[in-house]
Amino acid sequence: MNWWQRLLRRNEMEEKLEKEMRFHLDEHANALIAGGVSPAEAQRRARMALGGPEKVKEECRDARGTRWLEDFWQDFRYAMRMLRQRPGFAAVAILTLALGIGASTVMFTVVNGVLLRPLPYPQPDKLVAVHGHSDGWKTELFGEQNVAYPDFLDCQRDSRTLTLAGSLFDGGTVSGAGLPEYVDLREITSNLFSVLGVNLAQGRAFLPEEDRTGAAPVMILGYSFWQRHFAGRLDVLGASLSLDDKLYTVVGIAPSGFRLRDSEPDVMTPLGQDSAQFLQMRGAHPIGVVARLQPGATLAAAQAELRLIGQHLAEQYKDTNADRSFVAQPLRPDVGDIGSTLWLLLGAVGLVLLIACTNVASLLLARAISRERELAMRVALGAGRGRLVRQCLTESAVLGLSGGVLAVALAAFGFQPFVALWPGALPRVEQVQLDWRVLLFALIVSLLSSFFFGLAPALRAPVQKLEQVLRGGGRGLAGSSRRLHSSFVVSELALAVVLLVSAGLLGRTLLHLSSLNPGMNVRNVLVTRMALSPATLADPAKTRAAWKDVLERARRVPGVQSVATVDTFPMREGDNEQGYWTSADVPPTNKLPFALLTCVSPDYLKVMGISLRGGRFFDDRDVPEATPVIVIDEVLAQNAFGTEDPVGKRLWIPEMRYASNVFEIIGVVGHVRHWGLAGDDQAKIRAQIYYPLSQLPDSLMHRWSQLMSIAVRTEIPPLGEVASLRSELKGAAGDQVLYEVRTMEQLVSDSLARQRFLLLMFGIFAGLALVLACIGIYGVLAYLTGQRVPEIGIRMALGARPNSVLWLVLRQSLGMIVVGLALGTAAALVAGRVLLRFVEGMQPTDLSAFAVTIPVLVFAALFASFLPARRASRVDPVIALRQD
Amino acid sequence: MNPKSDLPQGTLDLLILKVVALGPVHGYAIAQRLEQVSQHVVQVPQGSLYPALHRLENRGLLSADWKETETGREAKFYRLTGKGRAQLETEAASWERLTGAVALILKLSEGGAE
Repeated sequence: MNWWQRLLRRNEMEEKLEKEMRFHLDEHANALIAGGVSPAEAQRRARMALGGPEKVKEECRDARGTRWLEDFWQDFRYAMRMLRQRPGFAAVAILTLALGIGASTVMFTVVNGVLLRPLPYPQPDKLVAVHGHSDGWKTELFGEQNVAYPDFLDCQRDSRTLTLAGSLFDGGTVSGAGLPEYVDLREITSNLFSVLGVNLAQGRAFLPEEDRTGAAPVMILGYSFWQRHFAGRLDVLGASLSLDDKLYTVVGIAPSGFRLRDSEPDVMTPLGQDSAQFLQMRGAHPIGVVARLQPGATLAAAQAELRLIGQHLAEQYKDTNADRSFVAQPLRPDVGDIGSTLWLLLGAVGLVLLIACTNVASLLLARAISRERELAMRVALGAGRGRLVRQCLTESAVLGLSGGVLAVALAAFGFQPFVALWPGALPRVEQVQLDWRVLLFALIVSLLSSFFFGLAPALRAPVQKLEQVLRGGGRGLAGSSRRLHSSFVVSELALAVVLLVSAGLLGRTLLHLSSLNPGMNVRNVLVTRMALSPATLADPAKTRAAWKDVLERARRVPGVQSVATVDTFPMREGDNEQGYWTSADVPPTNKLPFALLTCVSPDYLKVMGISLRGGRFFDDRDVPEATPVIVIDEVLAQNAFGTEDPVGKRLWIPEMRYASNVFEIIGVVGHVRHWGLAGDDQAKIRAQIYYPLSQLPDSLMHRWSQLMSIAVRTEIPPLGEVASLRSELKGAAGDQVLYEVRTMEQLVSDSLARQRFLLLMFGIFAGLALVLACIGIYGVLAYLTGQRVPEIGIRMALGARPNSVLWLVLRQSLGMIVVGLALGTAAALVAGRVLLRFVEGMQPTDLSAFAVTIPVLVFAALFASFLPARRASRVDPVIALRQD
Repeated sequence: MNPKSDLPQGTLDLLILKVVALGPVHGYAIAQRLEQVSQHVVQVPQGSLYPALHRLENRGLLSADWKETETGREAKFYRLTGKGRAQLETEAASWERLTGAVALILKLSEGGAE
């Protein structure tokens, strides 16, 4: 029989054991009777010879070797019985635990999906990202460097350890399917899908012969784009779509949820068909490269090989590739700096769980004490200490696992609303789901919690002074539990202080950040990107005229005050960062100070409401033939020129690629919080330089115009102007498109979204902690006071006033509150430092956060202790004394 | 004085295996057989017989099934398994080596005293 058969057929086993014993006794007795002994005497002798059937049976059970399991089963059923007998207690404990474990599980589900789950490709450990590397590149400022297309082709051809695939970010206007729409376009190599190991949802990937110039134009649609525009119709395969006025045949549909460099492309075209000039240069590095290790190849081998290829190219192309090399790293999803937020929340939720556990621990402890007689009886009947501890822990495990099951159910429904609450788009959101890791987490947390809250009551299992316990009833040892109970209350309070103060700190931070001046007037400003038609972009003169035309037409729209073009505007992704110097002997790039460059039209200052501090802003004088000019912000003025007046001085900007890279400063403007209200103070690059679109050379006009936005100051709420702007600015062929329409107010508000979200979460957790802590205090005081009823009776019989009894109880709770606050304050200081480290714009811990939150806690705690105290003060001494 | 001897440690298992090796047999019969064969010299502690049987069954040295006795009652009959037979052989051999050695030593000491 297997162990589980034994377990399941325990009754059958017992019956058989009994039968075997009876058979032995009967045979023995019969033999004795046959020898002339009287039946009664025969039975007695047989039993004597066997030595007590019960003892023998017990030894036989031990001999089976599955005793622990049978004990466990017995304990389990006993625990279930105990819980059924006290449904109120069980419900409170299980719900408390479900709340704590459930909240932790929801957080872990998100952490798991976003940070822990591997990439959704086959054999993700074989995938690597290949980056460019050069000494002048500051990875900490710019992120990882991409690869030049010719370099990529060389690596792809020469590598024996890696299969390389590349992709390029681009954009374009698709027309032919309803309104023209600006799309997120990626140009990809034909082998990209096969390198990732992804099958297309429909159709096929690009063929190698399509991945070169002059081949027939083909495209693959993103799944969402396909659903959005073609409602999943299959006849789109083979149909033609116009992308930037060129007809492409649709050959495939990418699978649902397919992401390339962490966003889902709308449309993909073959990279090799693009004849753009920058793709022929080794000096431009636009290609993002993923690669799969060949069977048997290791990452180290790939790295060595790439280094070698890099050296080879550096010798061959000295002007562009000197000091350049390539590095391979395991491919990881890029989730930005979201990790710190998630871990912070997981930590906060862990504190709530701790409070929940402490609550259940004190409930269990109170019950363990009232069961002291029962346990003492068991010891007296021969149960060992280990056996009792095991039984108590089984009971708490039953509680914990019940809570855990409920928690998983809660989490299954709870993570969706949580994800929906997340500010902006949660990266890898499609990976957030219940999987075996989440279930394992819930199981481990449940068991650990059970152990944590079950241990104290279990260790109290009486082994000494049995007689005293049995004689004295539950009251004899109550005093010794008071300290343990108090320590539970103290730790609950301390944990609640941590969460409350953290929430207070976040609230104060948010208030502070919201009150910061963004450096511009964000009310009634609309910002939108705009795509000109490819025909216009092909000719720089036409492009200039088109932008002029756009500005004039926009200005004519009723309700528009002023309008400007701008390439990168504040609080939105996308920047142009360049090094600058104040004299002609410019040091190497990695020694330069950096600034944010923005290309604007003259009215930009008026639209954004940025203040002019000195000199002038751009105007009609700044034509291409005039002196190349720039305007700097006060941060750069301070950094570069100190107290001197910068107007009339010159700046050298080596990467500008026009006007010999020398520019005259004609004005100084106020600093704009480009990195958002929260992030700007800590940003690595804060200095700002503006340069006029009118002086931009023809060579840069095309690329810049692709990135251009227009900013509009309106007299009415700006979103009301979108429709009229859209129709007014539409090109003659309906090919000029507004996209990514936002208001500056939205952008400012979004820049605080993380802080607001953290405040909301910490607020919820702190509220939960407060409620749980109060329930804990109430429970413990009610219990302790209940234990003291006879003592209070005596006091009152001896003349104590009800008020002094009230005070007696409140003093006890005040003691706990004070200690809890002291410990909590110390812990909150640490928590404040953690927040300071991880939250942008976080204000250092100060008294106000304590001053706001601590009184709430003290008041709540006193309220919770007042009820038991008042009950104690109304004890009738006669009844109290008779109780014994 | 009790003329019966207590069993040396660990020999009960060996004796049980030997008795069961003679054919399927129930617990009471094992006790009887041991006493008879040893001419009542070996005191079989009936209290430890059954735990020993269950332990040997659990270790897979014995197997058991319920059959009718001659008197028509159902009893649990134990049988030796292949593993049990092998165990019996090794234990019997080591027992013989041990007793042989002990006997030699005892003879030697008698000789030395004469």
